[in-house]
Amino acid sequence: MIAARGLGRRFGDKRVLRGVDLDVGDGAFALVTGPNGSGKTTLLRLVAGLALPSEGELRVDVTRDRIGLLAHDPLVYRELTALENLELYGRLYHVPERRERIGMLLERFGLWDARHERVAAYSRGMTQRLALCRVLLHEPQLLILDEPYTALDAQGAELLDAQLAELRGERTFLVSTHDPQRVRALATSELSL
Amino acid sequence: MNYLSDVGALTRKDLLLQLRARDTLPAMLLFVAAVFVVFHFSLPAGSSRLAASGLLWVAIVFTALLALGRAFVPEREQRTLDALVLAPCDRSAIWLAKSLATLAFLVAAEIVALPLFELFFHGLHGSTVAGVALADLGICAVGTFVGATAVVTRARELLLPLLFLPLAIPLIIGGVGASVVHGPGRYLGFLALYDLLFALLCWAAFEYVVVE
Amino acid sequence: MRRIPLPVLAAAALVLVTLALALVFFVVPNDADQGFSQRIFYFHVSIAFTAYLCFGAGAWKALRHLWKRDPRADLESYVAVHQGVIFGVLVLLTGSIWAKISWGHWWVWSENQLVLFLVLFLFYAAYFMLRFSVDPGPQRANISAVYALFGVVLVPVSFLAIRLSQSLIHPQVFTRHGPNFGGWILAAYIVSQVAVLVLAYTLYRVELAGKLLDLRLRELRLA
Repeated sequence: MIAARGLGRRFGDKRVLRGVDLDVGDGAFALVTGPNGSGKTTLLRLVAGLALPSEGELRVDVTRDRIGLLAHDPLVYRELTALENLELYGRLYHVPERRERIGMLLERFGLWDARHERVAAYSRGMTQRLALCRVLLHEPQLLILDEPYTALDAQGAELLDAQLAELRGERTFLVSTHDPQRVRALATSELSL
Repeated sequence: MNYLSDVGALTRKDLLLQLRARDTLPAMLLFVAAVFVVFHFSLPAGSSRLAASGLLWVAIVFTALLALGRAFVPEREQRTLDALVLAPCDRSAIWLAKSLATLAFLVAAEIVALPLFELFFHGLHGSTVAGVALADLGICAVGTFVGATAVVTRARELLLPLLFLPLAIPLIIGGVGASVVHGPGRYLGFLALYDLLFALLCWAAFEYVVVE
Repeated sequence: MRRIPLPVLAAAALVLVTLALALVFFVVPNDADQGFSQRIFYFHVSIAFTAYLCFGAGAWKALRHLWKRDPRADLESYVAVHQGVIFGVLVLLTGSIWAKISWGHWWVWSENQLVLFLVLFLFYAAYFMLRFSVDPGPQRANISAVYALFGVVLVPVSFLAIRLSQSLIHPQVFTRHGPNFGGWILAAYIVSQVAVLVLAYTLYRVELAGKLLDLRLRELRLA
């Protein structure tokens, strides 16, 4: 599903990524590890299509509507409510049975009661859980998770564990973390930057 | 059809955000009123009414800049532009939606500003209003595009007027012409041409601005 | 074109510019209406045309970058725009001198060409501010290319707008001189135009070579 050869990315005079080879097949769970600043986020952004490589080749056999990205930022609008945020993304991704799916996700991640509150009022953990809802909303084939456990509270982390266990094998995962212990058991391959 | 529904969803989001911010429209209205007062004191006694007409366009362009400066603030501060670029919609839909939302606010401000201008200075012809309407389209189309470009840079707010004003000069010429000349048809036609050309250009090129 | 070696170009530019200066200032007969100022005019028009060509070339290269993903096109577009701005400033300077001689003012709003170049100067100066406010990379190249294309659309649109905004039309060399236009005047114009074009192209090649070297050095340093 993902094939990269000699992938590199520069920001000005700084080389953030160099000569990366990556192969991720359907249903695989690829782990990307490395210290802070090693380019994990950049690699994930390249695969997601948010940035173009400076050098090398990258092939991602998935269309944009089947990709889900969990980034460092939750990518939700703080001045909108959880419901409004998910409505927006639901429409943009043409999610079938949008209302039901949104309701189901909000409930599963414990946000149903807070659905009419603006995200600005949420705790960090709640916001990250909403981000997870956003990512899962359109049932993406390829899930790209950038250090997903970082901003999650205990409840959120449990829910994420459950989701990963449930979807593993069915979907393809590309997960970066600087604390690999948690997910190593699930991983089918590991890339160290 | 999908495209239109995408634009609809995005426009709704943009309108909601600006309305919730609650300070954009009041600020624009206060700004316009203040600018008119400044004009009064800037125009020496005995200035022609033509001078005031010209200054109306200065007021419109700078009020628009106020709105344009805020247009991409949510996307920039919360990095949500990433989520929009990630979505399967055509990237130009992002530009179109933002332009439409900004247009709504600009028109809302003008609904107050134009009568205020009549109160302070002199009556306005229908051709002026037509000119304002046409120029608004160009201002929002180009301004939104340039606003997105500015967001990507390090200089940000600093760049927006620098990028916008040279492109706005033909609009001002067209608008002032439509306001003061006896045969405004040429100027209105010119404004329509500008709108068409630049809207097309913005629509086609937006894709290239937002992907890193 | 690329195969013409730089020293040859530089020599040609030198010869042509000298020839043009000689023709314009010593050989061409005095114009009854404007006298000396008309001589600046040869260069003013040549430089203006060259500047337009540079902006056009910048836009063409920009298109090649966006469409064909030509790897050198971004740099070539940038250098072309840069030359355009340099010559644009020269248009403003020569135009200003001509205005002073013709009307006694260093600036006149009644000259369409001059006003147009002022607007273009503002636009393309912002090009550089924009370019240097983004980190080098694919996005900067794309944004610069898009902006260069906007510029090339702005040129006719602004020209139309400025023409609409005033009644005076820029005196065209060809129409003004009518039946008297021939012989040395034509020769002087053609030579000065070719001279400025060759000069512009030489400067373009010099700057491009310098920038490419810069780029290569940077790449070697990073490797």
